[in-house]
Amino acid sequence: MKSWLKLTGVFLLLYTHTGGLLFDVPRLSILNETIRALYFHVPMWFGMVFLYCISIYYAIRYLKNPTEDHDVRSVEFAHVGTAFGILGILTGMLWANYTWGSPWHGDPKQNGAAITLLVYLAYFVLRGSLENQEQRARLSAVYNIFAFAAMIPLIFIIPRLQSSMHPGSGGNPGFNIYDLHSSMRIVFYPAIVGWLLIGYWISTLRIRIRILQNKTIES
Amino acid sequence: MNNLLVLLRKEFTLELRRQSVISGIALYLFSLVFICYLTFNLRSNAINQATWSALFWLVILFSAVNSVAKSFIGEKPGTFIYLYMTTDAHSIIISRIVYNFLLCAVLSLVGYGLFVLFMNDPVLDHPVFLAGLFLTSLGFASSLCLISGIAAKARNSTVVMAVLSFPVIIGILLMAIRITNNALDGLESAASKDEILNLLGINLISGALAYLLFPYIWRS
Repeated sequence: MKSWLKLTGVFLLLYTHTGGLLFDVPRLSILNETIRALYFHVPMWFGMVFLYCISIYYAIRYLKNPTEDHDVRSVEFAHVGTAFGILGILTGMLWANYTWGSPWHGDPKQNGAAITLLVYLAYFVLRGSLENQEQRARLSAVYNIFAFAAMIPLIFIIPRLQSSMHPGSGGNPGFNIYDLHSSMRIVFYPAIVGWLLIGYWISTLRIRIRILQNKTIES
Repeated sequence: MNNLLVLLRKEFTLELRRQSVISGIALYLFSLVFICYLTFNLRSNAINQATWSALFWLVILFSAVNSVAKSFIGEKPGTFIYLYMTTDAHSIIISRIVYNFLLCAVLSLVGYGLFVLFMNDPVLDHPVFLAGLFLTSLGFASSLCLISGIAAKARNSTVVMAVLSFPVIIGILLMAIRITNNALDGLESAASKDEILNLLGINLISGALAYLLFPYIWRS
């Protein structure tokens, strides 16, 4: 990863944190200041889906051309993606506690996200219970593709079919409406780019560590 | 194609010959329904429709997972080597999916019969309910088959099977429960059209994935 991309990521996140907490936001009933969760909660899901996309990409590459490198990449992107998902759930619960009155409200989007995390945690359990390294890489690549296919309906389709209190569905205002206040757009878009860059950077660091570890074990 | 028919016939002959397995599954289903009946103690319409459909699908889910799981788990290693040498992976996965689809469909029909016998029959719209039942069986068969193939390779495969399969089939199950609820409420069939189409889509995806990915599992 080019160092100017890393610097951009760090700079954008610094900007997101200062701008996200200090800039003016539109006053809406019930939401009030919690609307600032948009800058920290929503980019987590963008980041999770982005990292899972890269993970499945390397899983497919592994099945076509089995090298250890592809396997390590696939796993580490899934690791960081799951971390993003857990942070997304936690930030969402924090927000829900103040706007919906309880951290877990049985919202379809909340449930879908929780099940998605279960699917990917099962992926790590599967890796833990296979001993042969080559078999582990191949079977977990297969399950990774399957898990991604299971994630799509859970996150993108089923929540849209049910009524939800989540902003952006069921007649509730989504961020498209807040975007009319361009004061939010100038923080939100940089925040997404910043979190994506940082997520990618963390994954590449983990991949390098894992490859070095494998080398020391071999030698 | 010929391979496929031979494999299918082999599945059925084996299954009918080992009657202990079939009677085991039947007994499992029966005990589950009976436990539901005893715990709720409901001869006289004591449960509402939502509870009925939740109980029904839980029973079907558990018996389907248990019966499809054994399609690869617990198979003798010799059988795998023999099949590997004589047939190709695609005909094996298709024959297993067809066979497990029939098994799940029969299981869910029998389960429905037992529910009617012990509790009541709240279903108002039978065609939609049955369509949902068959589509769900197809979805269970195609996704559980692949996962059973993965889990068979792991240590303590039954635990891995449960961990891997439940989150993946929740999507199918949610659709099935929505269709059932519509059928129980007696809404007109058009109300369930979206759900049925969705279920069909999920089935297509999981079937196609099982078809494409199975050769990679089979190779080991």
